[in-house]
Amino acid sequence: MMNRHMIPLVVFAALLLLFWVGLGLNPKIIPSPLIGKEAPKFDLPELHNPQKRVTNEMLKGQVTLFNVFASWCVSCRAEHHLLLDLQHRGLYIIGLNYKDEKRDALNYLTQFGGDPYAMIAYDYEGDVGIEWGVYGTPETFVIDKKGIVRYKHTGPLYREVIENELIPLVRKLEQES
Amino acid sequence: MKNWINVFMMIGFLMTSSVYAVKSGGPLEFKDSEQEALYNTMLYELRCTVCQNQSIADSNASLAEDLRENLYEMVINGANKEEIKKFMVDRYGEFVLYRPNFSPSNYILWIGPFVLLIVGIVVLRLNLRSRKKINRTNELSAEESDLLADYLDSKKEKE
Repeated sequence: MMNRHMIPLVVFAALLLLFWVGLGLNPKIIPSPLIGKEAPKFDLPELHNPQKRVTNEMLKGQVTLFNVFASWCVSCRAEHHLLLDLQHRGLYIIGLNYKDEKRDALNYLTQFGGDPYAMIAYDYEGDVGIEWGVYGTPETFVIDKKGIVRYKHTGPLYREVIENELIPLVRKLEQES
Repeated sequence: MKNWINVFMMIGFLMTSSVYAVKSGGPLEFKDSEQEALYNTMLYELRCTVCQNQSIADSNASLAEDLRENLYEMVINGANKEEIKKFMVDRYGEFVLYRPNFSPSNYILWIGPFVLLIVGIVVLRLNLRSRKKINRTNELSAEESDLLADYLDSKKEKE
């Protein structure tokens, strides 16, 4: 039976629930509109070898991690050893070096333990970053074999995300034809 | 006197500063005043996704700088408001709009406050009406005036 005096209590409980959920969300995480869509087109020089081009076509044919990084990005350093680990586990990673000086980027890779990337697109102007909706480096996208964006993680990767979300998704997508 | 001139120049500069707010630092050139107006409106309509409570006009983040440049190029190339909005939303999601669209997922944002206001008014009226029923007149019923008379009599007897 609903008592009149219960109403404020119910309203209070509803507010409490609303705030509990609402304040628990991280406002820095913006859902990406790219998910489920084809990866944005780009055509950039390769960081190590500027004669070579890196294009969105190269995301197709295998499941790819597309990782946005820069030498000035401090939290990129935190995930760098995890990317190396992912490379050892057989994942195919393409990098996007975002608004960086070439020399700084190359130093960064040697300084922090190696180059986990199959290839690195060099986005000096940051235009390709805008196409991908990059707003907080590092960002990591999972692209399926057909070149469709399936997942995005904003901010540095960490063990839980890798083991519970990233790897299971990549293994599942690898089964798809 | 000289100080005053400086102050006025400073104020004038601040008032037009959005026009200067692109990487190159120089004043921007537009084909016509309509384009300029569009650029200046959109600066404040688009959110900087890095520093979330600032528009791209207010923010010094390098992403905001790049977005201003992008916006400028779009305006110069004759894009209209809807095209610019679509470009940004396709990349950053609806969050990039400072003024949310009137779309189903945002109905609660737009209509919610008015619904609450109407609910409040209805509750208030119901409340007032039920209060009126309890105390419609100031006169005492026969029973009440008997009771009162008895009470007053008993007080008198005590004195």
